[in-house]
Amino acid sequence: MTTTSEMAQASQPAASTVPSKATKRAVRSKNKIDPTYYWMVVPVLALFAFFITLPALVGVFFSLTNYAGYGDWKFIGLSNYVNIFRDPAILQSYIFTFVFALTTTVVVNVVALAIALGLNAKIKWRTGIRTVFFIPMVLSALVVSFVFNYLFSNTLPVLAERFGVTPLATSILANENLAWLAIVLVTVWQAAPGATIIYLAGLQSVPAEVYEAADLDGAGSFRQFLSLTLPLILGYLIINVILGFKGFLGTYEIIVGLTGGGPGMATQSVAMRIFSGFTGGDYSYQMANAVIYFLITLLISVIQLRLIQRRGVSL
Amino acid sequence: MTASTLSKPANSTAPLRRKNLSGRTRKSGREGYKVNWWLTALMLVASLTVLLPLYFTVAMALKSPEQIGTGTGLAWPNPVNWENFAAAYVATNFPVAFMSTAFVTVFSVLGSLACSSLVAYAIARNWNRRFFRGSFVYLLSAMFIPFPVIILPLIKQTALLGLDNPGGVVFLHVLGGISFNTLLYIAFVRSIPVELEESARLDGATTWQVFRKIIFPLLAPMNATVGIFAFLGSWNDFLLPQMMIADPALQTLPVVQMLFQGEFNTNYSLAFASYLMAMAPTLVVYILAQRWVLSGVMRGAVK
Repeated sequence: MTTTSEMAQASQPAASTVPSKATKRAVRSKNKIDPTYYWMVVPVLALFAFFITLPALVGVFFSLTNYAGYGDWKFIGLSNYVNIFRDPAILQSYIFTFVFALTTTVVVNVVALAIALGLNAKIKWRTGIRTVFFIPMVLSALVVSFVFNYLFSNTLPVLAERFGVTPLATSILANENLAWLAIVLVTVWQAAPGATIIYLAGLQSVPAEVYEAADLDGAGSFRQFLSLTLPLILGYLIINVILGFKGFLGTYEIIVGLTGGGPGMATQSVAMRIFSGFTGGDYSYQMANAVIYFLITLLISVIQLRLIQRRGVSL
Repeated sequence: MTASTLSKPANSTAPLRRKNLSGRTRKSGREGYKVNWWLTALMLVASLTVLLPLYFTVAMALKSPEQIGTGTGLAWPNPVNWENFAAAYVATNFPVAFMSTAFVTVFSVLGSLACSSLVAYAIARNWNRRFFRGSFVYLLSAMFIPFPVIILPLIKQTALLGLDNPGGVVFLHVLGGISFNTLLYIAFVRSIPVELEESARLDGATTWQVFRKIIFPLLAPMNATVGIFAFLGSWNDFLLPQMMIADPALQTLPVVQMLFQGEFNTNYSLAFASYLMAMAPTLVVYILAQRWVLSGVMRGAVK
């Protein structure tokens, strides 16, 4: 490895004086390409098309049929789509998913930014504290949710009873109106480190001189945060919001580990509904749901990209 | 977006932070900086939100079912019960699940490194050709397709092909990550001067040799980043193994934990011992290689 690159470097100055460079130029300008490059890309592209693009197209196709996942099927046009708009269960899963994703995005970003600011400040034992804060990133979301499941349904009620906090004396996972907050909490626990890393990268990109100047002007630390830090890391914030929101829309594992979609169907996300099409015998119906879900996420992505372009944020 | 910003934090994180520190502190008379003890205390308290659930998991795993009783589960067990681990080891068939997870993870990491770097190299060096630019756009467009959209037909397709096993999961982990990984690599490849490989070509090296002997070693920092993401992604993945792997005996560690949600519902000490054994591998690797892992992930974040 080293010998080749050394050789390469050694021959570099010599090459510039020898006519071989001219011949190489000529070859290059003739627009001939080494077929090896195609061999590097084409097999991967073919597999990608087969395993990612093809299923998407097949899904769109079957969304126009009454296929149950097995047996015969026939075309039924757009009736799956029509029925979805009249289905209160589907509508509810969309409402839950969007409320959940919005709330989680806000909370994750507030928490992550706070942690990043703390880790970037003059604290003792920085490395140790940083290590601890990033632990959730390496753990399986499902296993983490199982642990929290016990905390919510056993530990918290016992504690609440002991301290006389009656509203929490029953498991919040069994409460139709509160269960989603437990899911938000565990998702924040899991997702905050990833966002924190992006914010840390942002905070470290801010030159120290900026703060020196602000110090001289007598700006307090809160003022510095609002007028300096926040605008300077705005690009990182936007990236976090976009990546986060998109990810939280597809939440699955944490819901499985905490509520399984219950109580009733109160915490059933769109992704869970779609997956249920595999066992529930409404394959084509859920494929239509998946296509609608895709169009909605696509619309959101386009809006987000527009916003980025208008703000002129480059990352 | 340029390659220079990408590679910067890798080598300049440390000096940059030191500069930040000295710059932002009110000088405390001596050199160095004044520690903000209030903030340190606050951060320590906040870190309990992470540590407490972990402590709880350990404490629960070491209790006997009687010790759990109707308590909060937060007390440290006395005496400590180590036999839960042996029982969980048997109940989940741990060695098989571990090997299955390790198989999926190792090959997903190797596949991601090989495929993404090759594709990125070919695309970055032929950017002036429409075919390669088109390939790039095609791969990126997949980032807009949410996974739930393709999962149902995909499972049917893999089952038809006999890929309803850990090997099939490897395929999809590699292909599912290829958009993002290629994006990371391309920026990095562009920062490698073309002259370096042109001179090697003059010495008779083929494109494969150039890639293997010059480009791939130079990609080392990005290999670390992509490798870490691929490792965490496939070790902890639940969705794909759960949906794809038909034989329950070949299931991966996260999926195996589902076992405790049903029939063994009451034996929580066993469940928590098993959870802990599922968490331990990544946790230990992370704590041992903490600095390296975080700098790798940071490099991905800046992108």
